[in-house]
Amino acid sequence: MFLINCPYCGERDQQEFKAGGEAHIERPKQPTELSDDEWAEYLFMRKNIKGVQFERWNHAHGCRKWFNMVRDTSNDEIKAIYKMGEKPPTQ
Amino acid sequence: MTKNLRVKSSEYVDETNRISFKFNGKTYHGFKGDTLASALLANDVHLVGRSFKYHRPRGIMTSGSEEPNAIVQVNPGTNRTEPNVRATEVEIYEGLEASSQNCWPSVEFDIGGINNFLSPFFPAGFYYKTFMWPASFWEKYEFFIRHSAGLGKSPTSSDPDIYDHRNIHCDVLVIGAGISGILAAKNAAKNNFKTLLVDEKNELGGSTIFENNEFNKIDNKTPSEWLKKEIEDIKNIKNLEIKTRTSVAAYHQYNYLLARENLTDHLEAKDKINKIRQRLLKIRAKKVILATGALERPLIFNNNDRPGIMLSSAVKKYSEFYGVACGNKNVFFTNNDSAYESALSLYNKGINVKAIIDIREQSESKIVKKVKEAGINIYWSHTVVDTTGYKRLNSVSIMKLSNDGTSVTGSKISISCDCLGVAGGWTPAVHLYTQSGSKLKFDEEKKVFLPNQNTTEQISVGSCGGDFKIDEIIKNLNQKLKDILNINETDLDSIKVEIDQENSKRNIWLLPSDKPLGKTKPFVDYQNDVTAKDIKLALREGFRSIEHVKRYTTTGMGTDQGKLGNMHALGIIADTAGVKMGELGTTTFRPPYTPLTFGTIVGRNVGKFFDIFRKTPMNDWHVENKAEFENVGQWKRAWYYPIDGETMHQAVQRESKAARGSAGILDASTLGKIDIQGSDASEFLNRVYTNAWSKLAIGKCRYGLMLNEDGMVYDDGVTTRLGENHYIMTTTTGGAANVLGKLEDYLQTEWPELDVYLTSVTDHYATTSLCGPNSKKILKKLIPDLDLSDENFPHMSFKEAHIGNIQCRIMRISFTGEHSYEMNVQASYGKDLWEKCIEAGKEFNITPYGTETMHLLRAEKGFIIVGQDTDGTMTPIDLQMDWIVSKKKYDFIGKRSLYRSDTMREDRKQLVGLLTDDPNIVLEEGAQIVSELNQSPVEMLGHVTSSYFSPNLKKSIALAVVRGGKDMMGKKLFVPMENKNINVTVANPVFYDEKNEKLNA
Repeated sequence: MFLINCPYCGERDQQEFKAGGEAHIERPKQPTELSDDEWAEYLFMRKNIKGVQFERWNHAHGCRKWFNMVRDTSNDEIKAIYKMGEKPPTQ
Repeated sequence: MTKNLRVKSSEYVDETNRISFKFNGKTYHGFKGDTLASALLANDVHLVGRSFKYHRPRGIMTSGSEEPNAIVQVNPGTNRTEPNVRATEVEIYEGLEASSQNCWPSVEFDIGGINNFLSPFFPAGFYYKTFMWPASFWEKYEFFIRHSAGLGKSPTSSDPDIYDHRNIHCDVLVIGAGISGILAAKNAAKNNFKTLLVDEKNELGGSTIFENNEFNKIDNKTPSEWLKKEIEDIKNIKNLEIKTRTSVAAYHQYNYLLARENLTDHLEAKDKINKIRQRLLKIRAKKVILATGALERPLIFNNNDRPGIMLSSAVKKYSEFYGVACGNKNVFFTNNDSAYESALSLYNKGINVKAIIDIREQSESKIVKKVKEAGINIYWSHTVVDTTGYKRLNSVSIMKLSNDGTSVTGSKISISCDCLGVAGGWTPAVHLYTQSGSKLKFDEEKKVFLPNQNTTEQISVGSCGGDFKIDEIIKNLNQKLKDILNINETDLDSIKVEIDQENSKRNIWLLPSDKPLGKTKPFVDYQNDVTAKDIKLALREGFRSIEHVKRYTTTGMGTDQGKLGNMHALGIIADTAGVKMGELGTTTFRPPYTPLTFGTIVGRNVGKFFDIFRKTPMNDWHVENKAEFENVGQWKRAWYYPIDGETMHQAVQRESKAARGSAGILDASTLGKIDIQGSDASEFLNRVYTNAWSKLAIGKCRYGLMLNEDGMVYDDGVTTRLGENHYIMTTTTGGAANVLGKLEDYLQTEWPELDVYLTSVTDHYATTSLCGPNSKKILKKLIPDLDLSDENFPHMSFKEAHIGNIQCRIMRISFTGEHSYEMNVQASYGKDLWEKCIEAGKEFNITPYGTETMHLLRAEKGFIIVGQDTDGTMTPIDLQMDWIVSKKKYDFIGKRSLYRSDTMREDRKQLVGLLTDDPNIVLEEGAQIVSELNQSPVEMLGHVTSSYFSPNLKKSIALAVVRGGKDMMGKKLFVPMENKNINVTVANPVFYDEKNEKLNA
């Protein structure tokens, strides 16, 4: 059970949160301009990395805010947490 | 007459407090402070169970939670009975009853014992190999296999006890209150860390508390004397909470641990009443100090499992701690010095020690000399090759061990004895350590797996960290404490330790016998009856991975999880396969470390607290009026209101007719309601719904369909514009929370520039739906001054009004196809308004109807229910709802997906109506639809999604999804059922009032 440091509320138990899949997949601004393949790329294709992964999380049973997390999926180490719209850490 | 083997009063057992208890129906006596095991041993009872597979007689082997054999059923036949309890962990109390498991008719004479003689036919993998053919017989085999395997009986009546959960947050959690744990906790607490010290036993001190080796001294005292003073000291330290009888079951990531605190299991039945039996502690610790100690290893030799063969450390504990001799003629068998401490402990109490058999060539330590001086016979370089005694050990045979330790030579010597203490060295208890995700490393010199690389704020101290001698323990503990607590000094700096020298041990995983291996029974895993033979067989049959060998032979499985024999299993595999143990690795030690009861896991969440349920403000009225309820998500909704013993069908037919014939009333409070405000609210709705919202006038309502980004229907509902920048959205009952979550997601992550605020107001409003041709008259009676004319208050519009003092939002919207109103009032007025409506509607025979009638009425009208007529694969086009998809809007959630080649296929499943040729046959929801009857395999065209007998149309109606159904109007299809084929015709899904004349009436 993770201990997650919500950027708005502080450290809370994992059961207050909901995982929201891969981060930094922006919804295309002009979907109608995209081919089927390009749209499918946005819609369906997700990475499943063993190692450092960028993820979206939601403090569903708390402030309801979404934020980003950098997590090593091989040992569940949370390496960084940052707000939506902020730049991901480079290292 | 039972024998009494109580040898000397012990400070831990209160001989003035005599307790009687029953074991296998016979009454025995023990004292307060005894465990079931120590009390039985004091009565010279060793035989307590039968082994799992061969039904061999088994006795008490250990003195703690690592016990593999003495597994009993506590309080059999009562509602407090519990199976698979270790006799070594049960504290006795007046009236305790326990019985053996896995034997029939009794532990003394067990029919299953025949398996022991048939054991050549039960090798590893016996079940896999034997019960494979024919495959269809497995169910029959399984019945017999399950019946002959005995793991106790679960209680048949409900548990009378109360269980509890508690969350604990602490700076430092110390697990294990032996010498390391006590010193760690003391120093943590004294340095202002909020500290919790837990131990599974009822007393503090671990094994050091009965460590009376005169050659080991701490500050010139024996370790036990010294530790007793420390224990007194820590009881008064603030910041330090101590919990005994508390076993840590699981160690999860981020220092989250689950522990079970046992509060009443040691009390008499009368003292258990109305008390919490066990509490699950959910501990989140900033730092964890593991001081879980080490488990003594047995030695693996022929017939090493007879009652009377015990761990040497256990023999010592029973003698020193409980004042109990485990036998009258004791022999020890060892590969290191620790058995000599046990032997001296017995000798000093006047208990007969006949011999020590040591596989080493010699040892020069002071304690060995002392044993020699005492005149105890020591057989150096000898090993036990066999034992005799079926239900109790009566002799051991020993032979000289060859130099390489692989064979025996010379003549056999037989020593008569009734207890054999076995000492095979120590295994650090790293179970919790590995559960935390940390990795182990094999120490070739000590022959142990040791903590290596920690993943979190954690250290392993004392013998679980590989330090077995007191000087090493103190020295390394001191440094580790300074590191993890980030402090410069501890009170360990000044401790002076003297210890006896100790010669290294001689490690032989599998000891030889004069008989070939195939004719011997050297048990490696006592609980699962796995012998060294089985492990070697697995290797011969090609298994290499330790995880595979574990599953094939079952070694290290069960409640035992390899506490005693795992290292030997690994050692034998490594020796046989010629690999290093470090490369082999270990199997995974799974939680729980010791079993948890279901009660502890569930805590208070039993009965009506099992799951949350939600009630509407009108719930009491529904209950008073004998409604039947159905669960919709977490809601309890009125399903139908039977009168005079009506069946559901009869009630629903009556309610449906009344709602269309005169007036019906429905509690619709469970619908999700989201308040939407902000200057971009209209733009936001444009983006989340398929239809256009900008031009919706204030005071008007509109039905909206919400898609997922993949184009599939996600939710629907009516949204009303209350003001320029203010809307109220309704969602389906089950979808409310998910819709709010989805909308928040888009607002926060994709469109943060939009000025929109969402608030869930589902519970703030109670919703009463009035429907039917007389609904207008009823509302008029309630609000005489409101103009209800079609000009002022047309279908799909909204008015704010007062009913008495109650402010009310009224929408003229309809889910039934009848003229109807949805009235929303503050939740606390919900029941009041409902009752006013009932009163006003009396003259029109107003009929309350439930969800079943609601479903029937909307099906007559062809309105879909998201989640019943859709399943996450239906687009609005598939639903024949093209009219709601805006062609003009540039974008909305899911729009692009509606133009994917797959979603544009003509042969997708599409929503249609179905009419049965025989109007009295009602189709089954979920039934498959085909176009051919004489084809095999036949193509499944789709299935029935909603089906009812319509009392208003006097025929059966159904909605269905059918491949290419849009172009099948009027086509004959078939619904094949088990005994018949039903002929159906594809129809328009709107069965009732296609022109909406009733709605606008």
